[in-house]
Amino acid sequence: MRHGRARFITGFLALPVVLYLYYVVAPFGQSVYFSFTSWRGFSDEKPFVGLDNYVRLFRDELVRKAFWHNVFFLVAVPVSTIALALFLAFLLNVGGQGNRAGIRGVRGSSVYKVIFFFPQLLSLVLVAILWQALYRGDDQGLINGLLMKLHVISRDEPLKFVSDPTPFLGVPAVLWWLLLIAIWGGTGFYMVLFSAAMQSIPRDIYEAALLDGASRVASFVRVTLPLLRDTVSVAWVYLGFIALDFYALVFVMTPSQGGPNHASEIFASQINFNAFNSGRYGYACALAVALTIFALLLAALQLRVIRRDRIEF
Amino acid sequence: MSESPTASRAPSALDRLRHAETPDTSSDLTRRNLLGRAAAAGLLATPAASLLAACAGGSSGTKTETGTKTPDNPFGVADNSKVDVIVFNGGLGDEYPKFDKTLFDQKHSKVTVNLSSTQKIKTENQPKFQNVPPDLINNSGADLMALDTLINDGALTDLGPLLDAPSWDDANAKVRDTLLPGTVDDGTYSGKFYVLNYAYTVFGIWYDQALFDRNSWTVPTTFDEFFTLAPRIKTAGYAPFAFAGKYPYYMRWALMSWVWQAGGRQAMVDIDNLKPGAWKVDAVTATMAAVEKMVKDKLTLTGSDTLSHTESQQAWLDGKAAFLPVGTWLENEMRKTIPAAFKMKIANFWGVSKSDKAAGAVYAGSGEGWIVPKKAANAAGGMEFLRAMMSKAGAAKFAELTSSLASVKGSGDNVTNSTALKSANDLMKTAKGDLVSFKHPDWYADLDKAEQNAIGELMAGRMTGPAFQDTMQAAADKIAADSSIKKQTRT
Repeated sequence: MRHGRARFITGFLALPVVLYLYYVVAPFGQSVYFSFTSWRGFSDEKPFVGLDNYVRLFRDELVRKAFWHNVFFLVAVPVSTIALALFLAFLLNVGGQGNRAGIRGVRGSSVYKVIFFFPQLLSLVLVAILWQALYRGDDQGLINGLLMKLHVISRDEPLKFVSDPTPFLGVPAVLWWLLLIAIWGGTGFYMVLFSAAMQSIPRDIYEAALLDGASRVASFVRVTLPLLRDTVSVAWVYLGFIALDFYALVFVMTPSQGGPNHASEIFASQINFNAFNSGRYGYACALAVALTIFALLLAALQLRVIRRDRIEF
Repeated sequence: MSESPTASRAPSALDRLRHAETPDTSSDLTRRNLLGRAAAAGLLATPAASLLAACAGGSSGTKTETGTKTPDNPFGVADNSKVDVIVFNGGLGDEYPKFDKTLFDQKHSKVTVNLSSTQKIKTENQPKFQNVPPDLINNSGADLMALDTLINDGALTDLGPLLDAPSWDDANAKVRDTLLPGTVDDGTYSGKFYVLNYAYTVFGIWYDQALFDRNSWTVPTTFDEFFTLAPRIKTAGYAPFAFAGKYPYYMRWALMSWVWQAGGRQAMVDIDNLKPGAWKVDAVTATMAAVEKMVKDKLTLTGSDTLSHTESQQAWLDGKAAFLPVGTWLENEMRKTIPAAFKMKIANFWGVSKSDKAAGAVYAGSGEGWIVPKKAANAAGGMEFLRAMMSKAGAAKFAELTSSLASVKGSGDNVTNSTALKSANDLMKTAKGDLVSFKHPDWYADLDKAEQNAIGELMAGRMTGPAFQDTMQAAADKIAADSSIKKQTRT
């Protein structure tokens, strides 16, 4: 019966593979080639400069800044999103009152699920525009207006949100405000993902834990978390690349796209500036290649760390 | 939990996919595996790769034949050819080129003009420069293609022949002679005319005449007068000055006008030419001291440093501030929300002090660039469409539709229903000496970025005037010392 299997697979895969090679892999190759040139983006001449762009990259102060900002998101986005999503998923699935028999979520959990998932339906640019109204820096901003009415802040000192470069815990405030949006937008999806995974955990395990007198916290830490390990690590990888991107929020929301005064500069904004504003296309391609290598290393590390025996149930 | 094993035969690939959700330790396609791999592939493909792919190019294309050149068809647009025109649909809208198309069609009934409008000029058109770019592009807006890059790469057609061609309405007058002052200079780079800027824009400080009449305020002509008037404005419950802090280049128009007025033409020429110490001269110091005082004394609208252009403009229209620096497209951009009683007028940027070297100099010029790519299939058609746009009828229609002057003489003669346009006309009549002009942001993208960042910090009160000067001097010196950047000069 194995006869014809190869042909079967080939038949299905040939067209997608050709498309993929032409539209994805070939442009990658081209970009790698451009990264060794000083091409400005328009002309037919692409002078070869060897590794110059890569040498320059390591000396570029702004690239270094952008790198550390990305690292901040790389740590903060997954940690906070996963923690919040896990917490919500736990409440929605097994966090309900324990005074009756059986395991259930808090009352109205199906409604909460829809509400929490909702931001996922909006495009990122739309999210950014919505939050602009919230973050507006004068008395017409939703947050500022409310805080002024409640006399929490003075009318003369509104919060500046994404225009605020003041460091908080060593990281410019603008990055924290952007982080908040990312968490708001991302948590719902991962909550649903974790919920689905939790529902596939057999109830009897919980009931057994309950009979043994495990508290809710204990059952979460000792039962839920270990059994969700695979799902959480997948989420971690996904959130990792969201954190490496972050372009839309920075581009739409921050002053002069990466400001104020470079306070929200990230890799993507540097690539954009170099490629499309300053005519250093080759250098921008080198930045993109460097980011790709960084992402690959990260993925390899990630997959290595999470490799472990699976629990099947 | 598990289903019974499907059959005694070995599972086909399809079976494996169908049962991917069932635990099957022998299968290499369990759900989690699949997810894990998809995640790894996604990590590979999504952030970096999409950026990587953005850098890819292509190969080159073909040309349309040109027809016979006659005075009525000076570039020899071929019959049955087509002209692809890309219109930027921004503050000026995309209605006026539709009228120009009707003019064009009357003269060249056998040529097809395809108008398409967008706001993503660069995103959609830069990739086409590798193959066949459109024949005429309205290179404008936030997503415009950097002109210095286009020109350095030889990607544009020299529009010199257009200037010397007979005008649309009068075969005895050259197109060049129908243009307003500054238009040819504005589009000339390294001695060649590459960009036709179609809109004539006057920059200045806007105010509501009705509000000023009610309070018997007069528009200041120097910073000193402004500082005297400002407390009265504050007492009346208005912020004296609003601005678009999120996009610092809006304030740059004011700052550069002030520097020009204080130091005269030479001060700006030195800045543009990256002359050592150009940012440290007295004219710049005096300007920055006045601006720093304005910010420090809280004469700006609270939170203005965080507002976008439309937010600050709406705040001004809502009566939150007395003055707002912006150009003459303002009325058209905000048309839907201008209060009925509002009498918007533009005044020149007030001077810095009584000892200004070029008091009364006006910052005006042509903007809204139109370019013809060198590799365009029908460059003749693109230029001919430009010639149609510069006809009397085309220019008058532009002024009528947009409340903005065209860079063609007399375009605003018949517009009477706009206090804004009339005040701009009046301002141009009283303009003294040369028009204010500055080139360094167009010439050097890095200097532009540094300057915008510094202006943002200055206007937010996080940077002092002297620190601003030091920052800009350092940025200019860095450009001057970088041999990889092609330098330009002006006089």
